Amino acid sequence: MPAIKSLEELKRVREEALAKKQLKATPGHIQVIVAMGTCGIAAGARDTMKSVLNFIETEHLSGVTVTQTGCMGMCEQEPIMQVVIGDQPKVVYGKVNAEVASQIMKQHVQNGSPVKDYVLPL
Amino acid sequence: MREIALHLLDIAENSVSAGGRNIRMDVLENLQDDLLNVSVTDDGRGMDEETAKRVLDPFYTTRTTRKVGLGIPLLKLAAESSGGGLSLETESGKGTRIEATFRHSHIDRMPLGDVGMTMLTLLVSYPHVNWTFHYEVNGKDGNRQFLLDDKEIKSALGDVPLTEPDVLKFLRGMIEEGIASVTPETVA
Ligand code: FES
Repeated sequence: MPAIKSLEELKRVREEALAKKQLKATPGHIQVIVAMGTCGIAAGARDTMKSVLNFIETEHLSGVTVTQTGCMGMCEQEPIMQVVIGDQPKVVYGKVNAEVASQIMKQHVQNGSPVKDYVLPL
Repeated sequence: MREIALHLLDIAENSVSAGGRNIRMDVLENLQDDLLNVSVTDDGRGMDEETAKRVLDPFYTTRTTRKVGLGIPLLKLAAESSGGGLSLETESGKGTRIEATFRHSHIDRMPLGDVGMTMLTLLVSYPHVNWTFHYEVNGKDGNRQFLLDDKEIKSALGDVPLTEPDVLKFLRGMIEEGIASVTPETVA
């Protein structure tokens, strides 16, 4: 098991992450929430999540938390994803497949303007 | 859901909703005995008999909530139709363990799917849970294991979130490498 070596590496990753964070001021905390009830998973929520995580990794997007929530009670709209930026009201999106997810990540999370076509009226 | 890994995600979600703090996921490919065995074990609040029945049987509806894993009866069916079965052990206040077994070579067996992505998804989105992932392959050439307990990772990271890009890259790499090190190229 390469556990020890990995942990050393992880500590280095940590130092680097901390250093970078001090350089970049994050524009308010950003939260991305993907609904992962049975329905959501069946509708492809894991691919949505995968796309979100890939985006963060490839675009080096710091300061975003990604969490999950269970059933949202709107089966036909799954996969559902929510974006909360700072203390702005949350935006809920429906039918968020992997492609739509990366569009939301780029346009909304990174650049601050919601992807209107997929916003659910609540 | 046409992937065992998606069912594992679904079951683990139930474990989180049941208040599980220590959740373990096991995947065992026993090629010697031609078995594929997966399980999720949690220390959540468990279920009473009534709930357990409802979880296993979709037609046993008292239908108080809709939330109780609709996915499980489907997984049970899938396991049974490929020479295996599903079992549920649960105790109120103690936790739940759900285990599904398949005949590995059965023609109707659901593919295992992207176990790594299931692990990463859980790890990242529920940082308050202590996750243990164990993937073992028992083949002709011996036994290989990948064990990931996130305790050490989290203490090494301190207050740096798991979703920082470099941390995410590290985690994904670690999981991918770990799985690749135990799975022969032939595994579906
Ligand atoms: S049952 Fe919860 S979204 Fe469908």
